[in-house]
Amino acid sequence: MAVRNLDAAPTVIELDQVNKWYGQFHVLTDIDLQVKQSEKIVICGPSGSGKSTLIRCINRLEEHQAGTIAVSVDGRRIELTSDVKNVEAIRKEVGMVFQSFNLFPHLTILDNLTLAPIWVKKMPKKEAEDIAMGLLRRVRIPEQAQKYPGQLSGGQQQRVAIARALCMRPQIMLFDEPTSALDPEMVKEVLDVMIELAGEGMTMLVVTHEMGFARSVADRVIFMDRGEIVEQGPPTEFFANPRNERTRTFLSQILHH
Amino acid sequence: MSQATEAGPATARPARLPPTTDDGFVGWLRKNLFSSIGNSITTIVVVAFLVWLITWFVDWALLHATFRAETGKDCAKSSGACWALIGEKFRYIFFGSFPYEQHWRPLFAIITMIAMLLLSSDRRMWNWRLAVIWPVGSFITFLLMFGQIHIPVTLIFLVALIAGLGGFLLRRDVADQGERVAYMALMAIGAVYLVLRILGVLPGLAIPIAPFSYVETGLWGGLAVTMILATYGLAFAFPYGILLALGRRSNLPLIRGLCVGFIELIRGVPLISLLIMASLMLPLFLPSGMNFDKFLRAQVAVILFAGAYIAEIVRGGLQSLPKGQFEAADAMGLNYVQKTVFIVLPQALRVVIPPLINTFIGFFKDTSLVLIIGIFDFLSTSNQALVDPLWTGYPGEVYLFAAAVYFFFCFSMSRYSKYLERELNKGTQR
Repeated sequence: MAVRNLDAAPTVIELDQVNKWYGQFHVLTDIDLQVKQSEKIVICGPSGSGKSTLIRCINRLEEHQAGTIAVSVDGRRIELTSDVKNVEAIRKEVGMVFQSFNLFPHLTILDNLTLAPIWVKKMPKKEAEDIAMGLLRRVRIPEQAQKYPGQLSGGQQQRVAIARALCMRPQIMLFDEPTSALDPEMVKEVLDVMIELAGEGMTMLVVTHEMGFARSVADRVIFMDRGEIVEQGPPTEFFANPRNERTRTFLSQILHH
Repeated sequence: MSQATEAGPATARPARLPPTTDDGFVGWLRKNLFSSIGNSITTIVVVAFLVWLITWFVDWALLHATFRAETGKDCAKSSGACWALIGEKFRYIFFGSFPYEQHWRPLFAIITMIAMLLLSSDRRMWNWRLAVIWPVGSFITFLLMFGQIHIPVTLIFLVALIAGLGGFLLRRDVADQGERVAYMALMAIGAVYLVLRILGVLPGLAIPIAPFSYVETGLWGGLAVTMILATYGLAFAFPYGILLALGRRSNLPLIRGLCVGFIELIRGVPLISLLIMASLMLPLFLPSGMNFDKFLRAQVAVILFAGAYIAEIVRGGLQSLPKGQFEAADAMGLNYVQKTVFIVLPQALRVVIPPLINTFIGFFKDTSLVLIIGIFDFLSTSNQALVDPLWTGYPGEVYLFAAAVYFFFCFSMSRYSKYLERELNKGTQR
């Protein structure tokens, strides 16, 4: 991937000294993170390191207890507080893809895609369906539009989930281990869609163990352990000379087997 | 060391069919009924018992039965069933003390309710059509039963106000200009009338619709009563129970506490005590002069009671939903109402169809408890039919008849539950 100059781009996500606890367990410790527009960040780390919790705080599926999280929507900086209006404004602009797809099993694929645009963005049904069909073509499954999620393979379901998130025309996409629940032969079809999306300039935060994806797509790789950001940097540097001992241990565990 | 793996044929094998196992009728018999000595003995004993039972019943119910008789004494001449009793009493059993020459009215009310229920059971009707079917069907039903209905003009304008307000709030973003103007006009007309009415400028008029003679609820009886209590009891208890279930899972402690308290309180007392409370104690607390109809009070008691049970069933469905469904809806920016209506309830209710219909069936039969407060439902009119001194000694026939009618309704509901499960799961499973 060509090196792009991100320094000039505006910051779209800002985390400042974010802390979170599950009961007594300190799951996020003093997280500082700035994400530039159209930057692609891959977050990795051992299980329980808080990486999923981190991105789930950005659209408030989890609530942080200290520090500030702000997202820029159309150049307007919105801080995540308990104000429902702010939460809704941010969720409109931030799409999310889950490990377990979370498609709505009682709705057709097309209805899964158009539900939020119609009811949250108040888009006319026809327009929403046109956009949805366009996106289904992009993820290469337009012929499945009238089927139900249960009739699709895992890889197809995850591509539908990506299309569903994109249907809201978000500025930022969060991916929470999007390929971890897939059979090995389906991982590629989902990663291909994500690579394509990255090429179009989407701002992406991806929690994944797919280091090949990180190498080829990420502008920055973040390593988290025990609720802290241990190390971060461009993928070339990150993989070639990890500075921290914990990073080296983790990389050796997932790269050499 | 390396050993070549054995390669399969390059082209795919032709598809093979599973072996056929059709041994014909005799083969099926041998396999399923006479596979061993023990199995054969069981088969023979059970078949012999069934044959004996069926011959006895046919003999009693048909061959030696009396179909026409002046009084019960004529039936005694034969050893079989006395169906003449049903022929003599069926109008009382179905319609109770409703004026005899007006019996066609409850008959058509029953037919209207059955038509209304059949229409609502079709999934294609689950949209605005329900909002037409139920008011129209209910109006016809109660006009037939009461004979006269006085509609207050205020009510009409109140409905206009609510319809306009509801349409405006719910369809604000999707409606076109004309539709929005219509809603606002409805609201304005309703509001203006109500304000003038409250200020006393306009008199409180009522539109009398009185095609038939008035029959008070005290004279209602039989199947019409059972059907009204069950239909409206469950029709109101269902949405009410859903609200209770949602309230019980609410994040607001006050709402949650209220719903939990209500559910536990109602579930903790027998329906009979609630009915007695509604019929005897409630009037003591009401200010003098204020009096609700006894039938209405029983109806409310049934609604409250059924609502608490339905709430707990629906809650089970809500809890069966994976957390991911809520998270996906949240992440997409759906608000609470949208999430509940589009994502949560359709899935939760689908899961609980069998226990829900089970409760419906139970409550259909439990309406017979209103006997205790002097309302004559289908079972109590059947009971009353036995009191006639000319026809003593044949309770079996009447109860069998009543059981057959109850069975017809309950079995229909049971089959509908099966159909609904299949219908709603169409396509959603692989």
